[in-house]
Amino acid sequence: MNPGHVLGAPIVVLNRVEKRFGDNPVLRDVSFSVARGECVCVIGPSGSGKSTLLRAINALVPISAGSIAVDGIEVNDPKLDKLALRRRVGIVFQQYNLFPHKTALDNVMMAPIHVLKENPAEVEARARALIAKVRLTGKEAAYPGELSGGQQQRVAIARALAMNPKVMLFDEVTAALDPETKKEVLVTVRELAAEGMTCLLVTHEMGFAREVADHVYFTEDGVIVEHGPPAEFFGSPKQARTRAFLDQVL
Amino acid sequence: MSALAVLLPRQPAAVGSEWGAARMPSALRSRKTIAALAILGAVWTAAAWAAAPVDRPSVLALAVKWAPLIFGGFLFNLLVSVAAMALGTAAGVLLGLAQISLLRPVQAASWAVTQFFRNAPWLVLLFFAMFLLPFEWRIGGVTVPFPAWLKAMLGLALPVLANVSEIVRGGVLSIPLGQWESAESLAFSRRQILWRIILPQAVKRMIPPWMNLYAILTMATTLISVVGIQDAMTLTRGALVAEARTDLYLPLYFMLLLMFFAYCYPIARYTQVLERRFAVRG
Repeated sequence: MNPGHVLGAPIVVLNRVEKRFGDNPVLRDVSFSVARGECVCVIGPSGSGKSTLLRAINALVPISAGSIAVDGIEVNDPKLDKLALRRRVGIVFQQYNLFPHKTALDNVMMAPIHVLKENPAEVEARARALIAKVRLTGKEAAYPGELSGGQQQRVAIARALAMNPKVMLFDEVTAALDPETKKEVLVTVRELAAEGMTCLLVTHEMGFAREVADHVYFTEDGVIVEHGPPAEFFGSPKQARTRAFLDQVL
Repeated sequence: MSALAVLLPRQPAAVGSEWGAARMPSALRSRKTIAALAILGAVWTAAAWAAAPVDRPSVLALAVKWAPLIFGGFLFNLLVSVAAMALGTAAGVLLGLAQISLLRPVQAASWAVTQFFRNAPWLVLLFFAMFLLPFEWRIGGVTVPFPAWLKAMLGLALPVLANVSEIVRGGVLSIPLGQWESAESLAFSRRQILWRIILPQAVKRMIPPWMNLYAILTMATTLISVVGIQDAMTLTRGALVAEARTDLYLPLYFMLLLMFFAYCYPIARYTQVLERRFAVRG
């Protein structure tokens, strides 16, 4: 729990979201909201539509029915201003997806310079500060291929933060990492949450969810099975399915 | 002729077991290949020399006599290859980018053009260009000649553009989708993603197959002799007709082969070096 900050009004609101790939339903009647400054973790077995959920919030994947709103922007509006949405939402992927032909610093600087058309000198100062924030000072000139998985993932976090987003989405950001480097990344995410950044994580890290999340959702087969504050959720799960899952992973 | 009989059994054995396939440092291997060819050429010439009747000029003397002319023709082949490659690459890059367009008709049309020219025999395309294009253009009142060699160059550029189109398409598609996705999530436009993120990575992967295509094109430029252009092949044939000496056939064609080999082999080697270098970073 994060007793340090007060939760604000909802910033991400999902209402009865449906997503089908062909005849295959991936998300079914998913409704929930994330408050400003809240840290929400979504857990559940693989293939339960968690990653699709994050991609839908960022308009990387169109939804089949229902509605998603981010900071007042209707994501499924056909006339969606993608730039406005994506300035507000940063996303970090499981496979880092850094641009391999650019240095760590350039990776962080590219979008603010070319998309937001900001002053390069100001962007560079901000990018250096962000790299320091994710504890990678000295690695500015390194190419992604020269960095470890955990370091690459932290550059990816800095890259998303460079757009000054209001919400950060994390898609199993530690799933490809070994236990030690996992920790570096989780520490960075925890700091962000503690600073009041709105964070929505899809994760398999139960310890992290229990410790950092304000709210935990358990999804299976595209449906929210159970949710609640972590103490309640992990301490006394109500649904048999949740208990079975937690028994397996804990 | 007798020299050929002596040499034929030697060459495959040498390439197969001792020198060729074994894992050797590349510099050493290429030096051995060139040494093998030099020995082959020397023995051949010596044998031909020995076989030549005393009252006639030797094969070697004739080869030396015709070499400058044939080499001039060879340089013309290179000129055609460079021009056809430049033209084919410029058009092929555009066609390849059209193949990944989001506009259905653009994509379908460029795909069809690519497939048509990629699956056509080069010689047929060459004839196609020779007979389809006029021998002169009338622009206003002025008649501009359209020489055969220019038409031939265009004819060779057709298969090149189709192959470059596929190289570009394949190179772009070889970049992981995650690159598109993360760039999109940072609000880059499709054009920005292509030019700033995908193509800089894809170009590296396109260079080896592109160089390979160039080496193939260079060898294929001898096809233009079939449509009556004075290239190295035509000139060699002309020299042979002029001398009317059957013992000159093999040495002269071998000399021509050596010229192409000396040019294309280093390209092939360097292509392999690049392929290996990019494979490590991939």
